[in-house]
Amino acid sequence: MTVSATATDVYLAAAPPAAAEAGGAILSNAWLLIALPLLGAAVLLLGGRRTDGWGHWLAVLLPLASFGWAVLALIELLGMDPADRSQTVPVYEWFSVGDFSAEVSLLLDPLSISFALLITGVGSLIHIYSIGYMAHDPGRRRFFGYLNLFLAAMLVLVLADNFVLLFLGWEGVGLASYLLIGFWQYKPAAAVAAKKAFLINRVGDLGLLIAIMIVFTTVGTVAFSGVFGAADEIGQGVLTAIGLLLLLGACGKSAQLPLQAWLLDAMEGPTPVSALIHAATMVTAGVYLIVRAGPIFEAAPAAQLTVAIVGAATLLAGAIIGCAKDDIKKALAGSTMSQIGYMVLAAGLGPIGYAAAIAHLITHGFFKAGLFLGAGSVMHGMNDEVDMRRYGGLRTAMPVTFATFGLCYLSIIGIPFFSGWWTKESIISATFAYGGVTGQILGGATLLGAGLTAFYMSRIMFLTFFGGKRWAEDAHPHESPASMTVPMVILAAGAVVLGAVLVYGYRFAEFLSPAVHHHAHEFDLAHMLTAPYSLAAIAVLVVGVAVAWLRYIRAEVPETAPKGNAITEAARNELYGNTINEELFMRPGQALTRAMVTIDDKVVDGLVNGVGTGTRDGSLSLRRLQTGFARTYALTMLFGAAIVVAILVVRF
Amino acid sequence: MNIPWLTLAVALPALGALVVGLLPRERPELAKRLTLGVSLGTLLLVGAMALRFDPTSASRLQFEEVYPWIPRFGVSFAVGVDGIALVLILMSVLLVPLVVLAAWNEDEGSGAAGGARGYFALILALEAMMIGVFAATDIFLFYVFFEAMLVPVYFMIGRYGRGAERRRAAIKFLLFSLFGGLLMLVAVIGVYVLAGTFLWSDLVGPGSELAAADTSVVRWLFLGFFVAFAIKAPMWPVHTWLPAAAGSSRPGTAVLLVGVLDKVGTYGMLRYCLELFPEAARWFVWPVVVLSVISIIYGAILAIGQSDMMRLIAYTSLSHFGFITLGIFAMTSQAQAGAALYMVNHGFATGALFLIVGFLIARQGSAAIADYGGVQQVAPKLAGVFLVAGLAGLSLPGLAPFVSEFLVFVGTYAFQPVPAIIAGAGVVLAALYILWMYQRTMTGPVPERLTGLKDLSKREAWAVGPLIALIVLFGVQPQPLLGAINPAVEQTMQQIDVTDPEPAIGQAADEQEGASE
Repeated sequence: MTVSATATDVYLAAAPPAAAEAGGAILSNAWLLIALPLLGAAVLLLGGRRTDGWGHWLAVLLPLASFGWAVLALIELLGMDPADRSQTVPVYEWFSVGDFSAEVSLLLDPLSISFALLITGVGSLIHIYSIGYMAHDPGRRRFFGYLNLFLAAMLVLVLADNFVLLFLGWEGVGLASYLLIGFWQYKPAAAVAAKKAFLINRVGDLGLLIAIMIVFTTVGTVAFSGVFGAADEIGQGVLTAIGLLLLLGACGKSAQLPLQAWLLDAMEGPTPVSALIHAATMVTAGVYLIVRAGPIFEAAPAAQLTVAIVGAATLLAGAIIGCAKDDIKKALAGSTMSQIGYMVLAAGLGPIGYAAAIAHLITHGFFKAGLFLGAGSVMHGMNDEVDMRRYGGLRTAMPVTFATFGLCYLSIIGIPFFSGWWTKESIISATFAYGGVTGQILGGATLLGAGLTAFYMSRIMFLTFFGGKRWAEDAHPHESPASMTVPMVILAAGAVVLGAVLVYGYRFAEFLSPAVHHHAHEFDLAHMLTAPYSLAAIAVLVVGVAVAWLRYIRAEVPETAPKGNAITEAARNELYGNTINEELFMRPGQALTRAMVTIDDKVVDGLVNGVGTGTRDGSLSLRRLQTGFARTYALTMLFGAAIVVAILVVRF
Repeated sequence: MNIPWLTLAVALPALGALVVGLLPRERPELAKRLTLGVSLGTLLLVGAMALRFDPTSASRLQFEEVYPWIPRFGVSFAVGVDGIALVLILMSVLLVPLVVLAAWNEDEGSGAAGGARGYFALILALEAMMIGVFAATDIFLFYVFFEAMLVPVYFMIGRYGRGAERRRAAIKFLLFSLFGGLLMLVAVIGVYVLAGTFLWSDLVGPGSELAAADTSVVRWLFLGFFVAFAIKAPMWPVHTWLPAAAGSSRPGTAVLLVGVLDKVGTYGMLRYCLELFPEAARWFVWPVVVLSVISIIYGAILAIGQSDMMRLIAYTSLSHFGFITLGIFAMTSQAQAGAALYMVNHGFATGALFLIVGFLIARQGSAAIADYGGVQQVAPKLAGVFLVAGLAGLSLPGLAPFVSEFLVFVGTYAFQPVPAIIAGAGVVLAALYILWMYQRTMTGPVPERLTGLKDLSKREAWAVGPLIALIVLFGVQPQPLLGAINPAVEQTMQQIDVTDPEPAIGQAADEQEGASE
């Protein structure tokens, strides 16, 4: 990529073009995108057992219809002049007081429609997959209801044209995530993980909430167009505060440091949930927010740099955790953290990184969803075993799963011309193009991360599909039904070709440019292949795969994890993120709560009662005394009141 | 023809109470049916009145009636409502029939003397007073209703309550309330001494005698009212009667106590403290804001530490009332409208929570969190409504309480950032106290003793269903309520002579314009 530091010159600092009111029939009814899955959720969750028989079919059909509508909306949008591709669709006024107004109003532009397509497209595939995966679960109807609810909330999040409506979607997906992580809530671990996810997310949500308060107080509106248009007039300190608070929100939803600790636990949810919510869509909401609020971050360089640093740190942390986990879903979750770290880093680079961030987000949506569905397929065939040390040699038993998982694997580690290569390469090059020592350091992190990715993904691949069979005695692995494999095949196809479709010729960047106000530069494939960092990326890829090959194919894999060195142990313990939270917040919080319950009982209550409880002995006599005292007291007061009134009566 | 709507609305449940109280003791079923009928009739009556309310009207009070009562002291029976009083009355009359439905079988096996008859008569008596206290426009009449409400509640807790501690809890409630009431009585009389009238409409505005009175005297009068309202609301540190009272109440009593009665405190602050004594109210802003923020955090942390669901919900209300008082005293239109709306939404959300805990108590005879677990598997509908009510309690967007809490936040931040940010911690703590309670009671494996737990009955579904529906409805479309509240808030703001701060950018632009001229 031949993006240079001067790229910011072409960035249009001016306010985004005033969004036109949608004209076309498809766009002006864009609320249907949200209403369709919402209807599904309502029917399934309120309809009760009557819908048990057919509910899941409805739940698949409605997202598909929503996807169809999104495709039509894209076509209508493409038919417009690029400058007009920002359409506002007012639906109704949610609430207003004085000068404050929160509208239910949708923004359809290249950025939001890209997300809508990803959410409904990958979402529909995962719904189809779930028909097979959840076929024998007694709670299947509830599961599909929650999934539809999630889609609706996620679409609200990305289609909102103002911060308050975005917040509705933001907490809405948090709710859906909570419900689905805790779907098997009879397992205490699932219930705890669900609560933990919601709680940590609420910390991030609070950041977003305070950001909204600042925005309204400063600008007098919460609509994106008004806020971003006024970004240049806002003082630097305020802008930085808004930016950092938005970042806090993004960290919660996208499991970035320091709010990352919930994501691995979230794997307690059914695997389709891990694929859709905790890999492909919801966890990318933070990236969306940062790119959407680009004008704020571009005017607040300190906040923007913080975004990039958080992204770089998380991409390494997630990768390190991914290297050590034996639970296939947790290893993949570490990978998700890491990949989103890439996106956040790119989003923190400013306009030169936006298109790369979103493009990687989309290809990641395919290959990571494919990997999770593959993992689910493996678990399906292995009696829900998740420990990769009890897998091995599954490529013959599950050929379709192996092939699709393998293609997604090649994509994520960045084999040239696979989807992941195109988009990750875009991020790496944008990082180096950022310039200066900062660019070099961040770029170094992306390369190191690429090497780690190659290692941990090869580790997963080899442990699962190659080597000897370390299966449990009662395991009879078999290929999954077509309802599961077909979505996997489609996702794998995306993992192979989508990157080229998006990145070749910078088609996607060009499409996105009216929404992010950045014009892509000349596309140069030769440069993309031969730039020093591109070659370095290939080199670390080879090293990563080779190390994994030596350790997990050449060497015998023990069925229980051997004791590792300090780094391995730290990685297995998720870099002690939970320990830190427990020692820093949970234990002091518990102590504080206990102390305050005592204080409220003894001190506050005692003081306000005006009863010196300490001076009397014998609880029995105390009770008698108090009760008698109280009645006398009440009578005295009534008499007092009466006397006051009497005096006044006499006076007048 | 001028229909005396409000007098009728007070008289109907009052008469109902009398009739129910006089019914033969051996016909409890008739007492219940009659109570339900009267409360539904009152709902219809108030509903019909609400449809005639004109939010665009220039006159602040509507459906006004003034009859001389004790002419010698200038006391009148004067009633009338503005938008805020109207929505609060609506909420109250909506909760009563639901409470009656939920309490249908509560008396069985309780062995309390008077059984259904006495308890249900008290509910209707309380309903009459609740309508009266919100509708009163004569401050002496207001005081009478304010104090008279104590009587039915005292018996509802002390006589018909739960547990061995109920008498003590009732006395505690009475003592706290009487103390506040006494202070208020002195202040009410003080107002009369200064202004020579009890009529609210003559007391407010720059032309009233109060506005001309000595500043320090007026501040003392403000305090007299405020302390009474703070105890009623309740605010930290005069809150300790509430967990005790709620913990010893039947759930239905708790709904009316926390959902309606306590609102009289915050309503009183908005209607009386602010409007009668604007200067004093502005002077006391910071102390009240500090106490509010303490209430928010303190109530939330205490809620986390509770092991009894009734007490837990009572402490969450301490936190929520902190938001309401914060909104009232932040003195911006968003914050005050948010506070007024909060009163309504809190009634629905907390009402639903209490009712559902009541369903659990009816099944297992306990409100202790430790006595439950895995309920979702045996009673999924019950767990479902519990979760929705809980999510409303943590102000999830899409549900009604979010709108009010958000408005309080936005409005408070515009007033001063620091209290808004500290109060923000309440958002996180709320997630903890609700979801932890849900986790411990509804999730996990099903203990043996709960395997036969019944799911929601039809009657229970009818009691809690309307609340859940309203929580969702007003979550996505709160504008009908705000449409009634906003004009009243606007007039309050004018009365106390405050305006919303301009956005920082608008101000800067204005200044630039000014400079260039």
